[in-house]
Amino acid sequence: MMDLTFATCSEVGRAVRDRKVSAVEVTRHFLKRIGELDPKIGAFTTVNSRAEAQAADVDARLARGEAVGPLAGVPIAIKDLLCTKGLRTTASSKILANFIPPYSATVVRRLEEAGAICIGKTSLDEFGMGSSNENSAFGSVKNPWNPEYVPGGSSGGSAASVAARMALASIGTDTGGSIRQPSSFCGLFGIKPTYGRVSRYGIIAFASSLDQAGPMALSTEDAALILEVISGRCERDSTSADVSVPQFSQQISDQVKGLRIGLPKQYFAEKMDADVERVTRESIEALKKRGAILVDVELPLVKYAVPVYYLVATSEASSNLARYDGMRFGHRSKNATKGDLDDLYSSSRGEGFGPEVKRRIMLGTYALSSGYYDAYYQKASQVRRLIRDEFTRAFTQCDVILSPVCTSPAFKIGERINDPLAMYLNDIFTTSTNLAGLPGMSVPAGFSKEGLPIGVQLMAPHFEESRLFNVSSVLEKDLGAAKSRRPHVI
Amino acid sequence: MANSKTDPSSSASPRLDKSTVAKVAELSRLKLSDAELESIAQQLSMVLANFEQLAQVNTQGVEPMVTPTDLTLRLREDRVERREPAEAFLENAPDRSGNLFKVPPVVG
Repeated sequence: MMDLTFATCSEVGRAVRDRKVSAVEVTRHFLKRIGELDPKIGAFTTVNSRAEAQAADVDARLARGEAVGPLAGVPIAIKDLLCTKGLRTTASSKILANFIPPYSATVVRRLEEAGAICIGKTSLDEFGMGSSNENSAFGSVKNPWNPEYVPGGSSGGSAASVAARMALASIGTDTGGSIRQPSSFCGLFGIKPTYGRVSRYGIIAFASSLDQAGPMALSTEDAALILEVISGRCERDSTSADVSVPQFSQQISDQVKGLRIGLPKQYFAEKMDADVERVTRESIEALKKRGAILVDVELPLVKYAVPVYYLVATSEASSNLARYDGMRFGHRSKNATKGDLDDLYSSSRGEGFGPEVKRRIMLGTYALSSGYYDAYYQKASQVRRLIRDEFTRAFTQCDVILSPVCTSPAFKIGERINDPLAMYLNDIFTTSTNLAGLPGMSVPAGFSKEGLPIGVQLMAPHFEESRLFNVSSVLEKDLGAAKSRRPHVI
Repeated sequence: MANSKTDPSSSASPRLDKSTVAKVAELSRLKLSDAELESIAQQLSMVLANFEQLAQVNTQGVEPMVTPTDLTLRLREDRVERREPAEAFLENAPDRSGNLFKVPPVVG
C-alpha cells in the first residue's frame, strides 16, 4: 500500500479512483493523524464527524461505476472562514462560536463535487485579521516545524494542518497575504488567485474587494489541481469572473528559458532577514541557470502598500462586520440594559469580538467617518489605483515578478502580539498584490539557520496563474526545498 | 512628490484622544471598557501616525479605485429557486418564537 502520509493529492485521487485504496481508508488514516498530532498543534477548530460517511459515499459511487472527480477521497482541510453546510463555522470568533451554516461556500461545494473529503475546519486569526494565528478565540496554533514559533496567519491552521500531514492540502483565504505568508512559514505552495478567479460565495467576508480563497499544498501540481477545481464563474458571486479556467495541472511546463523575471528594486531595498535575502537570491540564480532573463523593475509606490491596505481593508471590514448584531445568529449578550436595543448590539459585539477585530473595526469606522473620509479612505483608494497602474507598467517589461514573501521567517509565539504596527508592517511584500487584484504565490525556497522554511513570492498579471505554476515547478525541482526536510512532528 | 505643506507627520499630532475613540466606539456599536478605550487610543494613534505618510503621494485628479479588476456586472434571469428551508436559518437564532426571530421590544 502507498504511504498516504507523504503522498500527493493527485496520487491519492488516482489510487482511490483505481480502487487501489478506498476513500474510507484514506480518511481514517488522516483522522488518526489528527487525533494523535493536533492536541500538540491546535490546527483544527472542528473535525468533520461526517468525513468517514462522505468517504463511504465516494467509495459507493465508484463501486457503482460512477465517475468521481480528480480529488476522489482526498482529505482537504478548510479554513474555518468558509461556510460548510451543517458543520460548525466559527471564523475563530466567539461571536460565531455556535454557528451552523445552512449552506456551503461554492469553493467547498466544488471540492466535494470533485470527490474531496472535507476532513475538518482549521483555525485562523479571528475573521482573517492577523499574521500569526494568535488572534483566534480558540487558542494559538503551533508551527509544526518548531512549536515555539507561529505558523503565520491568518490561514495558520490551514498551513499547520498540511505541514503536519493531517490533511493532504488545505484551503486558505488571502486578503493581504493570509495564504502566502503562512505558506512561507510552513514550507507550502500557496496561491492567492487573481481577484474574481474564485467565487467568494459562502466565505465570511473580511474585505470584499481584496478577499480571495486558494489552495495551500505540498507540490506545485497539487496547488494547480485544486485551483482548477475551485475556479470559475459562479452566479452567486457577481464579482466572480467570466474567464475560462485553464487545466492548470495539465499545463505545467518547466520551460522558463527567455521568461522575463522582474525584480522590484524597492522590495529588495527593504530591511530583511539575511536568510530571507540569501534564499531569494538562490531562487533568482536557479531561474537564471534555466535561461530566465532578469529584469529590474520599478514599483516606487509599493512602500505605501501597508497603509493603503490597512485603510481599505479595515474600512470594508467595519462595514462587513456590521451584520454581527446578535439578532438572527451569533452571540447575543445577556448583560445589556433591558429594552435598550443599541446597548444590546454594543454589548453583544463588545463581548463577541476579540481585541484585534475591535481595533480594526474602530480604525475602519474612523477612516470612513465624516471629516476623515477624504484623508484616509478616499486617499487610500486613490493611491491604490496608482499602485495597480505601476504593476501594469512593470508587467510590460517582465512576465513574472519575484520577491520575498516576508521580511523574516516565522517569529516566536508572543513576540509581536503587543505591537500591532510591527505586525502590520510585516505585510509589506504581500498586500500590494491584493490591492492590484493580481495572482501571487508562495513557493518553498529554502530554510533559515534555525531550520524554519522560507518561501519566495511570485506575481503575475491578472488571470496568468499558469506562469506562476511554471516558475514554481522549476523552483520545486531545482531547489528541492519542499522535499529536503520534514517538520519535527513527523 | 513630497509636499511639506500637507505632510502632517511634520507637525505634532496626537491623533486620537480618548473622547474621539469613545465616539468611534459608539458609531461602531462596540461596548468597550475604559482600559480598552485607552489601549485602542494609544495603538491607533501610532498606526495613524505611520499611515500619514500617504499624504506625501500626489493624488490630484486620480479616481479612487474600489475594486481591482475591470468588472462588468452581468444580469441573470430572475427566477424563483427553492434553496434551504427556513428552519435551517432559524436554528442559528439566539432566541426565537415559533417560526420567527425573537428580538427585544424596540418601541416603548
